[in-house]
Amino acid sequence: MAGVLRDCAPLYATGRGVKSIHSFCRFFGQDHLFPPAAEIYHLIKKLTRGSLLVSQPTHAEMEGSLSNSPLTPGIVANRLSAADYSRNFTDHEAPLDAHEARVAADRCYFCHDAPCITACPTDIDIPLFIRQIATGTPDAAAKTIFAQNIMGGMCARVCPTETLCEEACVREMAEGKPVEIGRLQRFATDTLMAKGVHPFTRGAPTGKKVAVVGAGPAGLSCAHRLAMHGHDVVVFDARPKAGGLNEYGIATYKAVGDFAQAEVDWLLKIGGIMIEHGKALGRDFTLADLQSGYDAVFLGMGLAGVNALRAGGEDKAGVRDAVDFIADLRQAGDRSAVPIGRDVVVIGGGMTAVDAAVQSRLLGAENVTIVYRRGQEKMSASGYEQEHATSAGVRIVTHAAPVAVHGNGAVTEVEFGYMADGPSGLVATGETFRLKADQVFKAIGQTLQGAPEGLTLEGGKIAVTGAGRTSVKGVWAGGDCATGGDDLTVTAVAEGRDAAMDIHAGLMA
Amino acid sequence: MADLTTTFIGIKSPNPFWLASAPPTDKKVNVERAFAAGWGGVVWKTLGSEGPPVVNVNGPRYGAIWGADRRLLGLNNIELITDRPLEVNLREIKEVKRKWRDRAMIISLMVPCDEESWKDILHRIADTEADGVELNFGCPHGMAERGMGSAVGQVPEYIEMVTRWVKQHSRMPCIVKLTPNIADIRKPAEAAKRGGADAVSLINTINSITSVDLDDFAPEPTIDGKGTHGGYCGPAVKPIALNMVAEIARSAETRGLPISGIGGVTTWKDAAEFMALGAGNVQVCTAAMTYGFKIVQEMISGLSDYMDRKGFTSTADLVGRAVPNVTDWQYLNLNYVTKAQINQDDCIKCGRCYAACEDTSHQAIAMSADRTFTVKDEECVACNLCVNVCPVENCITMVELPKGAVDPRTGAKVGDYANWTTHPNNPSVAAE
Repeated sequence: MAGVLRDCAPLYATGRGVKSIHSFCRFFGQDHLFPPAAEIYHLIKKLTRGSLLVSQPTHAEMEGSLSNSPLTPGIVANRLSAADYSRNFTDHEAPLDAHEARVAADRCYFCHDAPCITACPTDIDIPLFIRQIATGTPDAAAKTIFAQNIMGGMCARVCPTETLCEEACVREMAEGKPVEIGRLQRFATDTLMAKGVHPFTRGAPTGKKVAVVGAGPAGLSCAHRLAMHGHDVVVFDARPKAGGLNEYGIATYKAVGDFAQAEVDWLLKIGGIMIEHGKALGRDFTLADLQSGYDAVFLGMGLAGVNALRAGGEDKAGVRDAVDFIADLRQAGDRSAVPIGRDVVVIGGGMTAVDAAVQSRLLGAENVTIVYRRGQEKMSASGYEQEHATSAGVRIVTHAAPVAVHGNGAVTEVEFGYMADGPSGLVATGETFRLKADQVFKAIGQTLQGAPEGLTLEGGKIAVTGAGRTSVKGVWAGGDCATGGDDLTVTAVAEGRDAAMDIHAGLMA
Repeated sequence: MADLTTTFIGIKSPNPFWLASAPPTDKKVNVERAFAAGWGGVVWKTLGSEGPPVVNVNGPRYGAIWGADRRLLGLNNIELITDRPLEVNLREIKEVKRKWRDRAMIISLMVPCDEESWKDILHRIADTEADGVELNFGCPHGMAERGMGSAVGQVPEYIEMVTRWVKQHSRMPCIVKLTPNIADIRKPAEAAKRGGADAVSLINTINSITSVDLDDFAPEPTIDGKGTHGGYCGPAVKPIALNMVAEIARSAETRGLPISGIGGVTTWKDAAEFMALGAGNVQVCTAAMTYGFKIVQEMISGLSDYMDRKGFTSTADLVGRAVPNVTDWQYLNLNYVTKAQINQDDCIKCGRCYAACEDTSHQAIAMSADRTFTVKDEECVACNLCVNVCPVENCITMVELPKGAVDPRTGAKVGDYANWTTHPNNPSVAAE
């Protein structure tokens, strides 16, 4: 038995991801778990260098008394043990302790005109803040970060640093191992935020009022910078909580401990910012209302719409938007209560697809497949994120587009057609295949919904020039709803900040 | 495996690595473990006169400075000489020496500066079968305040006098340990030689304050709110020690006087450098304190490999080999012209060379928009700073201009060897 395991386990562990002990044993034709399960567990753990997603079976699992398991058909909750849920949704990357931070900081070369600064959308003086960590002054480091990026805490957690600052790091070029800028940033910002200290003070009141639509990264960044300069800001948000995608759209394991809300509370300490929850533009007020009631308007409402699959059967039960799944999971107090399918198919190739797929696995789905219509190199999820997905046991299928969703009322299979790159775009090869699915997540992009009339749009987004100026005087826009820059938290923060400075200059002229 | 057997002033040891007089050599149990680990010899921690034992502080005795990842770079201490009873030390020395016949056993001594005291201690140790004595004229704290240690070592006349007493009252080979806390290291070395010393050992520790507690405003190590200067040692002091060893090795008055090199020896390479500058062997303490006795194994294998590579059959082949190349500034070749050259394939575009040269040197490196860094030969004075700040080894090298080539900076052709003594700008040349 052990010999067979030794031969087969690597295939199983590395090729398709580690599955539950149950399915592993089924693989070997065993109906029940008995002592060799422990051996299997240790073997897999060794092979996966401890990154095992399931724990050693509990007594209840051994006895088969657990209500559900990864093998339970359909969309059900409670597939894993409490220990598994807790482990799967802890910090994706552990924070550095003080000594680790100083060692990591010491690797920075303090480059002249550093490439990492250029690569950062918010232009954080990275070598300076790292040197401040290295010299034992993390609070000063945090101030250096926050001066450029008031959401430096969240960005430290969610930035795709591997395609930004860390990709530009000269040590990435030198040895393929960049300075751990993201983790160092988290160390610095966490240190200061843990003290509850807000490092900026509000300027003298100007008597000017600015309306901000959307309490996401763009809106809050804009609001904070305006408040710093003494303006009064009212932020309108359609959702019950502030934070935007930080609160509703980030994978749970990237912002544990309710960090998004803690960051909002900390940010608001600047004063002069009021948030109006449950107020949506177009539903509860119009742009004209804001223009008449405020000295300037900033739009940062993000992309509320979701693209359709345009495949037959899309309306069957079990098919839903990945962003809703991610939001529900974030808001769920008890992960074990979040239902998940046994066979999950995620359609799309971006960060949302990866976040949905990985979290499906973490909730105990047995099989999770990401299907993307183009080649892997075209996926907007970074290589690092893709690797994260595959190491979590997610299978990635490329060059396949959904053709139809099958099932009698609820989805049972998704049919895909293979795609090839033609001279004028993708063409269907005519060959199709089906994937078993009891749950399907659509992650094929979000769209701007309910853009106010009168604003010039470009490619479905609000067209902006310069520091977020829209086609209408007195109205600025930034973040995902506006043109320019990638749809990243850090880009949104930069755009909100820059628009604020432009608004401030205009108001004080 | 090269033969590392070393004979130093007639004392044979299986390798040139001795443990210096310090806490690691204070007890039989330690010294035996050191010998078992492979050390070639020890200088037993300094013995004082008969009488009530020395008293040490009961707070911290060490201060330190660290590099990245808390790598210990420098250590200072305020410990005094052995605080164990004299007869215990003497008994243990004898026991160890009898058991480890092939290892060098030197006894470090420090007694008041009068002939009777020295005569007495020499008489007491005569029976230990030790191979030699080392006179501790270096210890910079505590004992110096009582007229011993560096208080003697800073006065060449005292060194000569005490050395003479020692040679007169003992037949043991005598090593005089020198303090670096002096303006010209050659003077005490000359005094030791005049007094009849068989060798000098250097350097002892350097007066130092390693750091200041910025909350308590007290130097470290802090004893109940106060601190004092301690003796500095470890990797940080090696360059100072190397220079002092070389000065004695190349001075006409002391040339040929055997030297035991001490000061920051941490690796085989450090040891080889001391030996190349004239040290017949080396003594180690801080490295053993940092890593334990086992490090001697790396020193042994490293020196052996190096000697094999060089074809040296004895450590004597290495000793002093670099001494002829240590000279005064005035004899350096002013017609030796080099230019920094940056290997673009190795460059990682950090720009440190640019910042260093532009901000603090000769503005001789250009930076392009795509972060390509190139040397401006017409500005480069070959200072080497860019090489030193570059994080990539051998990315920037200094390339010699051939004789006859025109130096773009000066417009002059590279000529034959010429130094300051014949340079037209030298006032003493012009005066002739």
